[in-house]
Amino acid sequence: MKEYKTITEIAGPLVTVSDVSGVGYNEIVEIMLPSGERRKGQVLDVGRGIAVVQVFGPTSGISTSQTTVKFLGETMRLGLSTEMLGRAFTGLGEPRDKGPRVIPKEKVDINGLPINPYSREMPNEFIQTGISNIDGMNTLVRGQKLPIFSGAGLPHNQLSVQIARQAKVRGKEEKFAVVFAAIGITHEESSFFMRDFEKTGALENAVLFLNLADDPSVERIITPRLALTTAEYLAYEQGMHVLVLITDMTNYCEALREISSARQEVPGRRGYPGYMYTDLSTIYERAGRVKGSQGSVTQIPVLTMPGDDKTHPIADLTGYITEGQILLSRDLHRKNIYPPIDPLPSLSRLMNSGIGPGKTREDHKGVSDQLYAAYANGRDLRSLSAVVGEEALTPSDRKFLRFADDFEKKFTQQGYYENRDIETTLSIGWDLMSILPEDELKRVKREYIAKYLKKPGKEGEKPAEAKK
Amino acid sequence: MAKEQGRIERISGPVVEAFLPDARLYDVVRVGDAGLLGEIIKIVGTTSVVQVYEDTSGLKPGEKVVSTGQPLSVELGPGILTGIYDGIQRPLKVIEEKSKGVFIARGIEAPALDRKKKWAFKATVKKGDKVKAGDIVGTVKETELIEHRIMSPYDGKVDAIKSGDFTVEDEVGSVSHEGKKYPLMLMQRWNVRKSRPVIEKFPPTVPLVTGQRIIDTFFPIAKGGTACIPGPFGSGKTVTQQSLAKYSDTQIVVYIGCGERGNEMTDVLKEFPHLIDPKSGRPLMERTVLIANTSNMPVAAREASVYTGVTIAEYFRDMGYDVALMADSTSRWAEAMREIGGRLEEMPGEEGYPAYLARRLAEFYERAGRVRCLATDERYGSVTIIGAVSPPGGDISEPVSQNTLRVTKVFLALDASLAYRRHFPAINWLKSYTLYTDSLEEWFGENVSTDFGKLTKAAMSMLQKEAELQEVVQLVGPDALPEKEQAVLMVTRMLREDYLQQNAYSDVDARCEVKKQYLMLRAIMKFWEHVSNALDTGVQLKKISELPVRTKIGRMKEIKDLKEFDAINKEMDMGFEAVRK
Repeated sequence: MKEYKTITEIAGPLVTVSDVSGVGYNEIVEIMLPSGERRKGQVLDVGRGIAVVQVFGPTSGISTSQTTVKFLGETMRLGLSTEMLGRAFTGLGEPRDKGPRVIPKEKVDINGLPINPYSREMPNEFIQTGISNIDGMNTLVRGQKLPIFSGAGLPHNQLSVQIARQAKVRGKEEKFAVVFAAIGITHEESSFFMRDFEKTGALENAVLFLNLADDPSVERIITPRLALTTAEYLAYEQGMHVLVLITDMTNYCEALREISSARQEVPGRRGYPGYMYTDLSTIYERAGRVKGSQGSVTQIPVLTMPGDDKTHPIADLTGYITEGQILLSRDLHRKNIYPPIDPLPSLSRLMNSGIGPGKTREDHKGVSDQLYAAYANGRDLRSLSAVVGEEALTPSDRKFLRFADDFEKKFTQQGYYENRDIETTLSIGWDLMSILPEDELKRVKREYIAKYLKKPGKEGEKPAEAKK
Repeated sequence: MAKEQGRIERISGPVVEAFLPDARLYDVVRVGDAGLLGEIIKIVGTTSVVQVYEDTSGLKPGEKVVSTGQPLSVELGPGILTGIYDGIQRPLKVIEEKSKGVFIARGIEAPALDRKKKWAFKATVKKGDKVKAGDIVGTVKETELIEHRIMSPYDGKVDAIKSGDFTVEDEVGSVSHEGKKYPLMLMQRWNVRKSRPVIEKFPPTVPLVTGQRIIDTFFPIAKGGTACIPGPFGSGKTVTQQSLAKYSDTQIVVYIGCGERGNEMTDVLKEFPHLIDPKSGRPLMERTVLIANTSNMPVAAREASVYTGVTIAEYFRDMGYDVALMADSTSRWAEAMREIGGRLEEMPGEEGYPAYLARRLAEFYERAGRVRCLATDERYGSVTIIGAVSPPGGDISEPVSQNTLRVTKVFLALDASLAYRRHFPAINWLKSYTLYTDSLEEWFGENVSTDFGKLTKAAMSMLQKEAELQEVVQLVGPDALPEKEQAVLMVTRMLREDYLQQNAYSDVDARCEVKKQYLMLRAIMKFWEHVSNALDTGVQLKKISELPVRTKIGRMKEIKDLKEFDAINKEMDMGFEAVRK
């Protein structure tokens, strides 16, 4: 083990150590302060006797003369074991609850290795979240990464908790686990998650990594990687189906920018580093199903879009990597609609592989396309009627207008504890379609119209029971 | 070539500086004790800067660096087709075996072509024949669909050649030139950063028939041409690229998944072997080469993947084939350049991209073309490049889109608002353009119909008219328009919904042959003619809108037997006859 007392520069989260030899890139270091306190760090750049170390934690108290730096000779590893279930850890993987240290079964590099695309299995199992706008319109499947694009003050935490509570693959009892990574969220938010996990009993199947707002921001780079390493272990080694919730990725990207600017790198868009796409992909791509393993990793990262701007680099780069997005809308939220998911800009790229006969129901695709098109049309007409008045619209257009209103009230709107199965979701959809003239239902096959559509005249009554 | 050995001086992410005197730029090196693959991208004095194709964690200064003395090359020979490679042409299947797991381990050496497999080689030249570089010396039936033509890499006289079963490294014969003897093998190597030579490039005159109505009818791409597909996320770039890969009438497809999603590549990998070529009934995979470098695989290999792909495409072009190359997405490639440029501390150009971005993009697209292949016999081949671009926020004023637009001839503008309406392919017909209309007109006239060009122009001007009318409708509502203009809206809605929209997941509609495209378009335009005449004779629009033939037109997409169009046309004539009375 090599120890040095040769710190030459301290700037922000970075410490430069000179006259080193035999130090590896990405190696973990331990820094001993004059006060006896120990902190960890990682080598970011090494060469010609100089190592640049990124410190996990504050750099306050580090001095150039009396601080010792010890290079541990290995990259960042996490000890893994199934005993981690039911436990809470810090953003660096130390126990946060009052429990004992976990005795690791194996130690794994937290950066992981890329999954061979050839060794992946196509995600195609429908996950029922019980939320109509997700199940019906933007279906989640096992092994998918589907982020929630939210804004400050929107109920993304409630929604992600509700998904974690309700998500299941139908007709199967399988081992499942939730891995939760909190990145820079407030204490209040974190206790909301803890309370909910405890109350619903989800905690015993959960592993929590918590980096709170007042924890060092550099830790935030590590936290999601710990969570995903754990998730991969549980999924691919233990055969569990793991749902990974990460909130909030915006804080992660801010930390990335902070380090990048401390390193004086050439900034990309809005000061975020040019490699942010690659960096984010090493997080998001750690989802999926692989050959030869029962388990799966499904990711639901949450990010709050600064200024509700979908083209902000964080949201933009995320959208290019993930398989769709669930977008929360401030307008719907203002109308008191929960969950305020706007289906139009939302998307699930893997939806088609997870729905249809044998998975959900034969009419699912058609219903979803039809609802989508009709709602989009209704929303357009809404802005038109704001200009010309509702009277100026044709009778058919007025039906679309009513459809859009009802869609929000009956389909989108649901309770925090309301768990709708897919049949209920689809039958609400058919009820809504009965508002429209039948010849406007171009997206659904005629045989399904005959089978599922309630005849007009009864519209607006209570929803029909699910068909068998 | 002597192997140069040196040592690591500095490591920063994927960039490693090494003391390596006498190194040559762009030579491939093995870095560190783990033997990670890398390429020299800059030399300062005795220091070589190496971009490493694998994760550099744990690498230490002082570890060895060995130069192979060779530039980054691809292996070209039988066995490439049906191959699934990473960015530096390592077969993913072999990587899986060698990594003993689902993750890609580091430092794996995997030859691109199977060294053990024997191929039945049929010589087509005899001893004593004179050959020029590029001349075909024999053939291998690589897959049921494609005959692999083995080309001589040298000029000279054939000393010996034999037919039989050989591996790619076996000597099948030899060529001598000016007293020197060169062995002939089924395999050859080519530096990926150098384009393969041709005799002459020709302007493209034949369309790449894609089976996608909006493209073939309104924005045709030429064989040997270039096209770009920019669009924000979720607008269907990948679905469009995949449809083109599946349904275009090209002989070879090279598909580069450059910095894209793992699950998406898996979808391609799982789906292509099951897709059947309609003409031959064989799996489409037999004409396809896939290069998959997902976003979390090392960034330097992503930079290389585009060159690997285009070199393979050129190789098949040289055999005399029409090749389509899909690169999804070139923005990721540009970002890889930016990332590496940043690590090299280069002075950045626009938005942090390196100043040579424009040149690199232009060089890449310039490798497309319809050519007379380098050979004594007259042989023609083509490489068509279709690149997806992922502009941040969907705003194409950014450098990658702009520099791509300057060199490509077809611009297919994907539009998120169309995608939100589930209008697929979400190609915006007002923003897109093609510069091949004139050069392809003759082909469409001869092979489809002489009035095809006229119809498309008429349809397009109606769609433009619609955009103007929509602005009025936004203000005053549709009922305030005169009937004739309402009729325009009715017909353009038909054009949009019943013609431009195409269902990539429907068995019948996913690929629409040009003849059918013509019949469909003709039916709609004929309908417009009828409407226009009927309105002139005082028929009310409401009556026309009740005609049952409208539903028939709405279901034209699903027609399999082209004779059914006669019935639709007849019904249309009779319907209008009736309303006029």
